[in-house]
Amino acid sequence: MLTNKRLILAHFWLAFIVFGAALVLGAWQMFVRSPLNAWHFNPEFYYRSVTAHGSAMGYVFPTLVAMGFGYAITESALEKPLIGRRWAWAGFFLVAIGAVVAMIPVSLGLASVLYTFYPPMVGNPFYYIGVVMVVVGSWIWVALMSINMAIWKRENPDKPVPLAMFANVAGSYLWGWTAVGAALEIIFQILPVALGLRSTIDAGLARVFFSWTLHAIVYFWLIPTYIAYYTIFPRAIGGRLYSDAMARISFILFVVVAMPIGVHHLFADPQVGAGFKFMHSVFTGLVALPTLLTVFTICASAEIASRLRGGHGAFGWITALPWQNPIMLATALSLVMLGFGGAGGLINMSYQLDASIHNTQWITGHFHLIFGGAIVIMYFAIAYDLWPHLTGRALESFGLMRTQLWLWFIGMIVTTFPWHYVGILGMPRRMAFYDYANPAISPQAFSVVMSAVGGFILLLSGALFLTVLIRGQWADNSEAGSYRFAIPLHMPARIPAALNSFGLWLALMIGLTVVNYGYPIAQLMVLKETNVPAVYVGAGR
Amino acid sequence: MTAEADHGIGEAVAARVERRWATLSIVIVGLLVGMATYIGIHQATMPQGHVETADPATLHLSGEFVESNLGSAVEADGSVTVRAIGQQYSFTPQCVVVPSDTPVKLRATSADVVHGLLIEGTNINTMLVPGYVSDLPVRFKAPGDHVMPCQEFCGIGHQGMWGKVKVVDKPAFAKLAAAKRRLTCVD
Ligand code: HEM
Ligand SMILES: [Cu+2]
Ligand SMILES: [Cu+2]
Repeated sequence: MLTNKRLILAHFWLAFIVFGAALVLGAWQMFVRSPLNAWHFNPEFYYRSVTAHGSAMGYVFPTLVAMGFGYAITESALEKPLIGRRWAWAGFFLVAIGAVVAMIPVSLGLASVLYTFYPPMVGNPFYYIGVVMVVVGSWIWVALMSINMAIWKRENPDKPVPLAMFANVAGSYLWGWTAVGAALEIIFQILPVALGLRSTIDAGLARVFFSWTLHAIVYFWLIPTYIAYYTIFPRAIGGRLYSDAMARISFILFVVVAMPIGVHHLFADPQVGAGFKFMHSVFTGLVALPTLLTVFTICASAEIASRLRGGHGAFGWITALPWQNPIMLATALSLVMLGFGGAGGLINMSYQLDASIHNTQWITGHFHLIFGGAIVIMYFAIAYDLWPHLTGRALESFGLMRTQLWLWFIGMIVTTFPWHYVGILGMPRRMAFYDYANPAISPQAFSVVMSAVGGFILLLSGALFLTVLIRGQWADNSEAGSYRFAIPLHMPARIPAALNSFGLWLALMIGLTVVNYGYPIAQLMVLKETNVPAVYVGAGR
Repeated sequence: MTAEADHGIGEAVAARVERRWATLSIVIVGLLVGMATYIGIHQATMPQGHVETADPATLHLSGEFVESNLGSAVEADGSVTVRAIGQQYSFTPQCVVVPSDTPVKLRATSADVVHGLLIEGTNINTMLVPGYVSDLPVRFKAPGDHVMPCQEFCGIGHQGMWGKVKVVDKPAFAKLAAAKRRLTCVD
């Protein structure tokens, strides 16, 4: 029962417009830094572009998708209208205005600090203020998700919270607490300096705060994708979800272990000692668990759907899956990219192996494969699945959708495999150009060209995606029925309270973060001599 | 058999298979973490143990990172210590010379913003954070030349921040070291 369709559509449209614009910047970056570009250009434009592309793709696009999808889940899973509609619109406008406020100084070249904004480099204050507005807007969503679930539980004391809503609320709590790290960094460290109230800053402490956000943010990006795996995919292919309880355990594991592991981004940093690096490395291993569980449950759910359709044999059932269905195709391609990306992730998480690829092009290749590939392809699937329910018009161009999904997959592989490879050769990341005439660098030239070609394939796929959605806005009216989620194979009669509420898990989430971050943060706050002079960037300073 | 009982059996099978997979997953994760721990402890490939500080505002005035002390120094035990700093947009020294097959201690910091340093063709890779000293033990297997780019965005000249590392064999290095207190290959 979707009542606030305009609210949800507004989130998705803004998300995809931002995505389309940032995609153009990504393709341009790929081209200019490759040997295909024979012209000289101002390197400053490259860093403006990467700041805009990274901030848009990292902060604005996935946040809007999570919010819009969250509102859609609330109304359809709880089968009642959203409580707090006005607040939801307020959150939307905060995100939208924040994005504009942040992008103005970036496009003027006053905040080319990249989306990780590592101090002591400090840009125009409006960039940071805009980012904070985006985060505050999303915090309104976090509160609304929690309130809607609480009220529904009071009204339905003996029903389990529907899985989609449970997972959605898990994602919102995870994000609420994840964003605190960067928020503390911006509000207490960077903004006073950007506004000229202070002139020194502890760059090491800032990196520790940021790592608290930087790692778990990837699970925030991932959760809509996992919700789609568990609650859309089995239904869309005419099957059942293999296990409801295991799904809940996976989402709970993300909430608990996503945060206290961020120091794995600082393995090569001097401001955190070996002990805490080791602790975070161990916890990083644990976060592989929910993904292993998920892959099993999703493949088993696919097998159920196939056997219901008459598929048989140990592997023969795979051929009986409804491959014509875009959701089937998107999920399969997503899992393949998740598999490759996960294998790469195992390398990043060990600090011995990390040394050979830290801050090389391997890293950008890795997160484009997981985030741009495995995660974003399911954002496409969510949009395709939800669109007819939001617009009241059918999406009929199945062939176009399949072409679009295949192109995204092929583009991602062609882009990211060579990207990983040049990383192993030691090519550093975030550089506007490279001297391919240098014999030490020339062996990397061919791979960089390959990546650029892949980038253009991705751009084409992105254009097709927007085309499908726009055509959907003009298609004939059709009643899509109510929006439903997958039903588990065996609906448990009762669900243990631990799998139906968050109190214990939130306590663990906060407790573990305090244990794993408390000492490194306190140690650096005590060290006064590490406050270093800020270096202001941008014209006119 | 009734459909009801059939359903019950199916449910039990499903739960058992699932439990097995969960156990296997935990074993895999445990094994990987165990491997990393074992290698870390037994081959001493742990990251830097302690937090050391250095004030970027006074680097050039006093302490181990004054300009005359940068470059490679031979220690009493025959090992070599390399001291370097990164600044927008170069390293000092711009070319580092080290002996092959010798324990080398790399000590480096930044004079302004966050930089990084990696040596292509090796596993040497560290961040340079202003205010802190990076300290890592390294060893170069064979003589040869390597490029040493800055690997973290440090401003609009980041793409131009490339140093060099020249690895020479031990006797050649000893000969160079006899003539000078601090060695570099900057001509
Ligand atoms: C959906 C998709 C995408 C997402 C979510 C995404 C995300 C990101 C993020 C967060 C960054 C910032 C990285 C940093 O600052 O180091 C980045 C950088 C970059 N992205 Fe994307 N991106 C996407 C698609 C693309 C596409 C399609 C291309 C190429 C056509 C591309 C090319 C680049 C390039 C060249 C960089 C700069 C890397 C560097 O200089 O180290 N991205 N991307
Ligand atoms: Cu991470
Ligand atoms: Cu740099």
